[in-house]
Amino acid sequence: MNDLNSTQWMSKQSNQQWFRKIASYLLLTFIAFLFIAPILFMIVGSLKPDELVLSQASTLKAFIPQQTSLQNYRDVFERVKFERFFFNSLFINSTIVLLGLIVNSLAGYAFARLRWRGRSLLLLIVIALMILPFEAIAVPLFFQFTFLGLRNTYTAQIVPFIANAFSIYLFYTFFADLPKELEEAARVDGASPFQTFVEIIVPVSKPVFATVAILTFLSEWRSFLWALMITIDEKVRPLPLAIATFQTLPPIQWGDIMSFGVMMVAPILVVFLLFQKWFVKGVASTGTKG
Amino acid sequence: MATIKFQHVFKVYPNGYTALKDLSLEIEDGEFLVFVGPSGCGKSTALRLLAGLEEISAGKLMIGDRIVNDNTPQQRNVAMVFQNYALYPHMSVRQNLEFPLRMMQLPKHQRQARIQEAAERLGLVDLLDRKPKQLSGGQRQRVAMGRAIVRDPAVFLMDEPLSNLDAKMRSQIRTDITMLQRRMGTTTVYVTHDQVEAMTMGDRVAVMRAGELQQVAPPQDLYDHPANIFVASFMGSPAMNLFRTRLQKLESGTFMINMGDRPLIVNSSTVNRYQNLEHYYDQPLLAGLRPEAFFLPDANTPVDQCVQVEVISLEALGHELLIYAKAPATLTIEDNQAVSITNNRDDPDEQMSSVLIARVPSSRNIHPDTRLSLGVDTSKLYFFAVDGKAIE
Repeated sequence: MNDLNSTQWMSKQSNQQWFRKIASYLLLTFIAFLFIAPILFMIVGSLKPDELVLSQASTLKAFIPQQTSLQNYRDVFERVKFERFFFNSLFINSTIVLLGLIVNSLAGYAFARLRWRGRSLLLLIVIALMILPFEAIAVPLFFQFTFLGLRNTYTAQIVPFIANAFSIYLFYTFFADLPKELEEAARVDGASPFQTFVEIIVPVSKPVFATVAILTFLSEWRSFLWALMITIDEKVRPLPLAIATFQTLPPIQWGDIMSFGVMMVAPILVVFLLFQKWFVKGVASTGTKG
Repeated sequence: MATIKFQHVFKVYPNGYTALKDLSLEIEDGEFLVFVGPSGCGKSTALRLLAGLEEISAGKLMIGDRIVNDNTPQQRNVAMVFQNYALYPHMSVRQNLEFPLRMMQLPKHQRQARIQEAAERLGLVDLLDRKPKQLSGGQRQRVAMGRAIVRDPAVFLMDEPLSNLDAKMRSQIRTDITMLQRRMGTTTVYVTHDQVEAMTMGDRVAVMRAGELQQVAPPQDLYDHPANIFVASFMGSPAMNLFRTRLQKLESGTFMINMGDRPLIVNSSTVNRYQNLEHYYDQPLLAGLRPEAFFLPDANTPVDQCVQVEVISLEALGHELLIYAKAPATLTIEDNQAVSITNNRDDPDEQMSSVLIARVPSSRNIHPDTRLSLGVDTSKLYFFAVDGKAIE
């Protein structure tokens, strides 16, 4: 009797577990779909004629490719100088990332390892700067660059974003956790502080460099406000401004906008895939999310 | 090759903590000197000052005939082996060995030759292309040694280099390091908290405590003639048994001490070893007996050479037996100022100082919670003044 009861109880138990599993998978699939839907919509839409994009927008057909062609992509290149915008974005971003890695890592190292007067106070200020949104300083910065005669230049789009409080903080926490003995060994082996940094610290810090590179690239690739304020013509304008012109210049062609979007997102995916091995490590070890 | 001189060296940290007090010490050319002491005694600080990793607060430090107080580590020409080896994880063994040579700006063919020589010497030839994480603990240790010897420095500094190894590997590498040092003849300063390493490796051993040098002497001298009760109880395992007593000269001319309520006749040769002992007749003093000064008495052992103890526990080590017994009169922690010298919070052995430890040949006839008569070889008695200093 007792045995029977317990078997029944167990099968009820396993039934319940099974049901719970199914339910949770369904829920997860639904959530995953919610996240992927806009991207899927964009990719599928970029391959469809304009009228289909609009007419199917509110149905599930929006996610099914029909009458596919690359016409929208060709249109983009005909209507705007996509390659010019793309180069501008790539150049501005790469420069920010590259110079940012150098400047912010050196700053983070100085905060983490060198002893100097005012270090703690300055670190506090840097950390406090993280909460300041860019919009708050956009206008004064605009006046500053106008005063310097740097409007409508690459310089104006690069320089303000090289030094970055959040990047410095990421580097600082990573370096502070590195074992001191490595640096001491290098010192005893005869390396100068700079040699120690370049030969020992940088190679063992790939995860944090990758993390900062990706986070910087992501946030700057989509930056819109500052470019809109400080640039005038398409010679120096980045991609986000170009896609905006598609939405304001009639006729609005949704297929073109979709294909533009695909081409704009692609580089981010490439960067992420290139660095993701270290990136995941870096985010885990710094305990911070981007 | 170089001599090393510490002259009244102090190290005081910005927060006021004094890590090293007035250290004066000369290390001869080619000598193997071991700093030993409990954690926080200043031994590592002394090494780091020598390496140039920390600045000296006061005093003079010389390597060879140069004052090196303000020199960088590179200018001092010292090589250091770290406790956790501090191998560069992104470099292969070869690159690790090459790094100090590159910093010296040696031409490539010389670097290759030196790496090859060091690798052969340490048996690293097959490992040259591996990364540190592909090596075992013992292999990593050898690479760390290799990175030190490849430079052919004036001084080797080693900071507890064996503490991350298992016991077997430790004793093997201990021998390797000693032999390597003999062959190369390079002045070596070695820091450890392990007294076995200190006893077996050093030409001389410097015992440190709370930033102060207690005694520096060849290992056997330290063991035979400890300068104070700290050295006496630190060197030797298990530690020396210490107890408060009085030395009495009887009318018959023989000497007697009390161990608890039990009188022990003291061998006159023991008394004669000390020049100044007569000033301490009938005065309170401290007596010390190493565990091996006890023996299992037979029928011929006089009663006045025995103490009665209560056995607490036993450690059978095969060839010998350690008896932990309730002591009739051992020092206890709150006893007096002398204890403050031995009282080392890091060492649980010393917390148990009301326990007497005897080392006797293995025996199956001894059981815990029984009373036992132990013979005392009074020729092995040590005498200390109540302030903890050895009586001369």
